[in-house]
Amino acid sequence: MAEQHKSEFANPVINWIDTRLPIFTMMQKEYGTFPTPKNFNYFWNFGALAMVTLVIMIATGIFLAMNYQPNTELAFGSIQHIMRDVNYGWLIRYIHQNGASMFFIVTYIHIFRGLYYGSYKKPRELLWMIGVVILLIMMATAFMGYVLPWGQMSYWGATVITNLFSAFPIVGHPIVTWLWGGFSVDNPTLNRFFSLHYLLPFVLIGVVFLHVAALHIVGSNNPLGIDVKSPQDTLPFHPYYTVKDSVGVCVFLGIFAAVVFFAPNMLGDPNNFIPANPLQTPADIVPEWYFLPYYAILRSVPDKLLGVCMLFGSILILFVLPWLDTSPVRSARFRPIYRQIIWVWLLAVVVLGICGAHKPEGIWVLLSRVCTLYYFLHFLVILPLLGKLERPLPLPESISRPVIGGGGPMPSGAAAKPMEKA
Amino acid sequence: MAESSAASVAHHGHPPDVTKRDMLKLVAGATAGIGVAAVAWSLIDYMNPAQDVLALSAVEVDLNPIVAGQGITVLWQGKPIFVRHRTPQEIKQAADVPLNQLIEPQPDNARVQPGHDQWIVLVGICTHLGCVPLGNKSSDPRGEWGGWFCPCHGSQYDTSGRVRHGPAPANLPVPPYAFESDTKIKIG
Repeated sequence: MAEQHKSEFANPVINWIDTRLPIFTMMQKEYGTFPTPKNFNYFWNFGALAMVTLVIMIATGIFLAMNYQPNTELAFGSIQHIMRDVNYGWLIRYIHQNGASMFFIVTYIHIFRGLYYGSYKKPRELLWMIGVVILLIMMATAFMGYVLPWGQMSYWGATVITNLFSAFPIVGHPIVTWLWGGFSVDNPTLNRFFSLHYLLPFVLIGVVFLHVAALHIVGSNNPLGIDVKSPQDTLPFHPYYTVKDSVGVCVFLGIFAAVVFFAPNMLGDPNNFIPANPLQTPADIVPEWYFLPYYAILRSVPDKLLGVCMLFGSILILFVLPWLDTSPVRSARFRPIYRQIIWVWLLAVVVLGICGAHKPEGIWVLLSRVCTLYYFLHFLVILPLLGKLERPLPLPESISRPVIGGGGPMPSGAAAKPMEKA
Repeated sequence: MAESSAASVAHHGHPPDVTKRDMLKLVAGATAGIGVAAVAWSLIDYMNPAQDVLALSAVEVDLNPIVAGQGITVLWQGKPIFVRHRTPQEIKQAADVPLNQLIEPQPDNARVQPGHDQWIVLVGICTHLGCVPLGNKSSDPRGEWGGWFCPCHGSQYDTSGRVRHGPAPANLPVPPYAFESDTKIKIG
């Protein structure tokens, strides 16, 4: 009936398997010969780095769960048990704790790469939107993971964040009670957060698979932001980019290890060394660093509901970014104005992060309001207008032309052919 | 149109098969949908508070040790409850505020029990994002209105627990409670 797949592998065992389930052919196609633009810079390492970090987080997390107790009476003590008594428990736990920070650093750079080089534009809109879903799942996972050690900041962070939902009229309070499984953050809450914290990374793997699958349909963007026009513009993924990614992974793991061994509590909050106490709020509730910009947006608005809407809106707006940016040119390299304002946007986000770490008083209130305003102006006003007003620089004819200089590819008529096929 | 009339001719005037199949699909789909919804509801409700959480008993509080100007915090249903013994100035301050100055207008006498207006009992959870406001100890910051001050986002409450300064949108709620005697209350 259906034509049998003919495997081309010489090894008889691989050939036997591949004929029945062509996973080796698939790997060869997607990660071996896969044609990849030849002009990647090191910003294109960060997807692979994020993948590596996800695997590290799942591996260390599974081991931590063997000794962790998701019970309000035992949770704080079980973390101390892991840190002091369990063999190499301190190592596994510090890798997992700092791994969350590394995951966000890598992912934020990966997202900024996409913003700078216009990787969200046609035909990669869906690829980008799947990426935003990944970001949301990551944030939920990180938030619930931070609750598990059951320190003061775990408890009060959970209280403040779950209470965000109480801002919605009518359904708000029933939703919060439902999230808690009680009338305050308590044992049922800790139990379900542990359950979901264990589940979501595997959901993440599924969505990352879709992200990569979509990438392999539309192909990678590149620093020039122009389409691949001929095989001359590409290199096989292996060995060229497996090796380039390996260089990045080595540097990344070096930095990661330096943090784990020499400054494992650099990014932690001292309040989380105090067991959770429902009767006493710490003087200053601060989320982990990777949530600070959103926290500053929340606090910059005096109205509760509006603040919560802007907090969620600041991320959800990324879903419609492909349609807000009206410029047909992808790479910022050829957009003289965008190339500058994207840094202003980044500055606003960094300043928001700093504001989020300070008490909402005096200058910090004003600064966070100005930056929140710019954050939304950038997406809602500047990008739609800029596409119409900006005069982009002339785009190179092909990827290989600026790389190999005068050599130049074929005449444009011939170059158009392989593109139609793709 | 042409196709469906051709089909009905072929079936000697009977309605075309397509309609019957549509009906079957609809009924099968609806039945499966109801089944899925029923199962989904049990999973959703599974996450709501369990019976033992709902059944948490009431708490009795002895008011004797609380001197005027001080408050204590007790735990009820996992929530902190403020019980504060107000001084005569604090009562006057709370009663004299014109209602149109309040974010959520509510007279002081609607928030205390008749004859016991020196006692104010409140759920000690900021209506903004759920922190526990400071102010029970006289050494705590109590804010401009002498009641409670939330350290998280700067909300302030007066001596009746009414919000006077945002971002909190509402007054501190009064839990259900009753005086068992002049010196003992039962919350819940």
